[in-house]
Amino acid sequence: MKRAGFSTRWLPIMLLLPQLLIIVIFFYWPAWHAVRSSFFLQDPFGFGETFVGLKNYASLFKSSAYMRSAWFTLFFVVLVTFFSLAIALLFAVKADKVLRGAKTYRTLLMWVYAVAPPVAGVLGVIMFDQSWGPATEFFALLGYDFRLGVNYYDTAFAMVVVSVWKQLPVNFIFFLSGLQSIPRSVREAALIDNRSASSRFWDITFPLLAPTGFFLLITNITYAMFDTFGVIDVLVRGEPGNNPLTLVYKVYVDGFRGNDLGGSSAQSVVLMVLVLAMTVFQFRMVERRIHYT
Amino acid sequence: MKRISFVSALALSLAANASFAQTEITFWHAMGGALGDTVNQIATDFNASQDDYQITPVFKGTYEEALTAGIAAFRAGEQPNILQVFDAGAATVIGAKGATVPVQDLLIDNGVDFDIEDYISGVRYFYADSEGKMIGMPFNSSSPIMYFNENALEEAGVEAPKTWEEFENTTAPALVEAGYIPLSQSHSPWIFVENFFSRHNLPFATNNNGYDGADTEILVNSDEIKMHWSNVKEWLDEGYYNWYGASWDDNQTPFEEGKVAIWLGSSGSFGGLMAKDLPFEFSATYLPYWEAITTEPTQTFIGGASLFAMSGKSDEENAATAAFFQYLTSPEVQYMWHRETGYVPITEAAYEMAKEDGHYDRFPAAEVGIQQLSLPAGENTAGYRMGFYVQIRDVMNREFGRILTDETSVEDAFATIETEANDLLSRFAMTQQ
Repeated sequence: MKRAGFSTRWLPIMLLLPQLLIIVIFFYWPAWHAVRSSFFLQDPFGFGETFVGLKNYASLFKSSAYMRSAWFTLFFVVLVTFFSLAIALLFAVKADKVLRGAKTYRTLLMWVYAVAPPVAGVLGVIMFDQSWGPATEFFALLGYDFRLGVNYYDTAFAMVVVSVWKQLPVNFIFFLSGLQSIPRSVREAALIDNRSASSRFWDITFPLLAPTGFFLLITNITYAMFDTFGVIDVLVRGEPGNNPLTLVYKVYVDGFRGNDLGGSSAQSVVLMVLVLAMTVFQFRMVERRIHYT
Repeated sequence: MKRISFVSALALSLAANASFAQTEITFWHAMGGALGDTVNQIATDFNASQDDYQITPVFKGTYEEALTAGIAAFRAGEQPNILQVFDAGAATVIGAKGATVPVQDLLIDNGVDFDIEDYISGVRYFYADSEGKMIGMPFNSSSPIMYFNENALEEAGVEAPKTWEEFENTTAPALVEAGYIPLSQSHSPWIFVENFFSRHNLPFATNNNGYDGADTEILVNSDEIKMHWSNVKEWLDEGYYNWYGASWDDNQTPFEEGKVAIWLGSSGSFGGLMAKDLPFEFSATYLPYWEAITTEPTQTFIGGASLFAMSGKSDEENAATAAFFQYLTSPEVQYMWHRETGYVPITEAAYEMAKEDGHYDRFPAAEVGIQQLSLPAGENTAGYRMGFYVQIRDVMNREFGRILTDETSVEDAFATIETEANDLLSRFAMTQQ
């Protein structure tokens, strides 16, 4: 087969240029600035700055608040990723079996996708309101005094619930299409070999869903770390207080609320390194073991 | 719009449309809801009162958001003429010399009579530099005061407490007996820390509460305040006090619902409470003090915010800003602002006008804020000036939340606040070099 190609040199360069410019202006340039200012302490108005070397990083890792936020982020990411994948998979498997009214079910399950994170946060505030939230009243029936914004763990619970709920439809859509792309012949062959539905699922369906699953795993980790900002911002209602904060939200609190540009830049550099490590992990470890068909 | 000189503007205004010649200035503020309506009213009235200047107020969100927006705009060279900055941001904006034109210079340069003695004593020096020059105009000044549900107190057969001892021994038990939660308060760092120090005339920071230099250390880890917070925790455990989280409204709502009998809030909350038509009679009085610490309680710090004239503006625009400030501090406007919102009148003249008009005969509670700010001063009551103070308040709020949910002890919490706050202060000092 003949390789398709450009006859001139400058045409591909010209075609790539807009994209490259966008990457340079909107990614590399700000990233460079973040790296640079993480080594400085700077007057918020930009009048003076002092080079402090690694001091910003050092004070991060000896700050108990930062470490607390890092641990919270770890647990938060694990919980949100696990539950939003597990529940979405369950829904997808069940919806896949529905024959009558399948489209209606699917549409209803996807609806939440249209809800923006801050709106999801507002719904969370309403559900968990201290004096009249339906969820709070439900907990009161069980004899538990649920207090959003007062108790650290209660607030964390609300954050996880709202974030999982918000992410379910995306995972559901992907799992459903993943299930539907498994060839009917494979399933029918499995049906002859094994009568148990659950072991058929774990032996045949689940491994065949692996490519979708791993793709979702990565996007869900990213979602839990970064895109839950809106949910958290609304749930803490303007006062970080003793509420749990993810690392991304802490960058915002220290940088944009507290005007500590150096410290906040150091935090975003730490996040950049984390994302870089995750990307390397994804390509090196995971993609090699997963076979896309 | 094209920059045109003042003289040609005047000439043009004679020839052409008057609005074309007006100098336009912008005013970024953080006054939402009813407060924002009043700000807009003042701006409209100012625009109608003369033909030379046109001011446009822009609501920029919370105090923190307004400050950040102002800083970002300044760095991009797009700053507004006037920026409202709250108490906790004072060190940031005043520390950045060159970011603003001191109000005192601005007014004097534009031929406005200025005498700092015209301002009431409680607000005079909070936004001043160490030499006593006024840098920011203390536009909306408030003071933490004690609101109480008169019906509840009557039911329990008690008076509003003057001291915390009285609250603990008499008021609170009687209110619990009558079926109320005795106390809530809306801003722990402001009411239970900063104003705890000024009410008892205790030093809050070294360097004259931070006014005399950037190498300041906070004196928050003191026995007196730890005693206070140990008691607050005990009140919580005994049901004398309830804490509804770090957000302001969550602590105010139970008072409005009649569940909580005494609420510590801002004198600036008065207008909002009046407008709500609560199902009970309420009144207000001074913030209580500990007799065990002092028998001569002093005045409190102001809260709220002040207006800064941003630098880098043309002389015409600065003249417009000065004219607006002059208008804003006139007794009539100050009295209107005070009456509508509950923020204190910042000049003696406006206070006199409110008195003469009989405002305090109609609403005695409206006078509490200014009276409290006019109590005897002490060497530690002028205010405080600390950098990265927004974050220091966040540290306090975090540790207080942890005390009140049994995650830490009072002793450990204050040690942590002291360490982290001093760390932030030394970091801020380095940004100022």
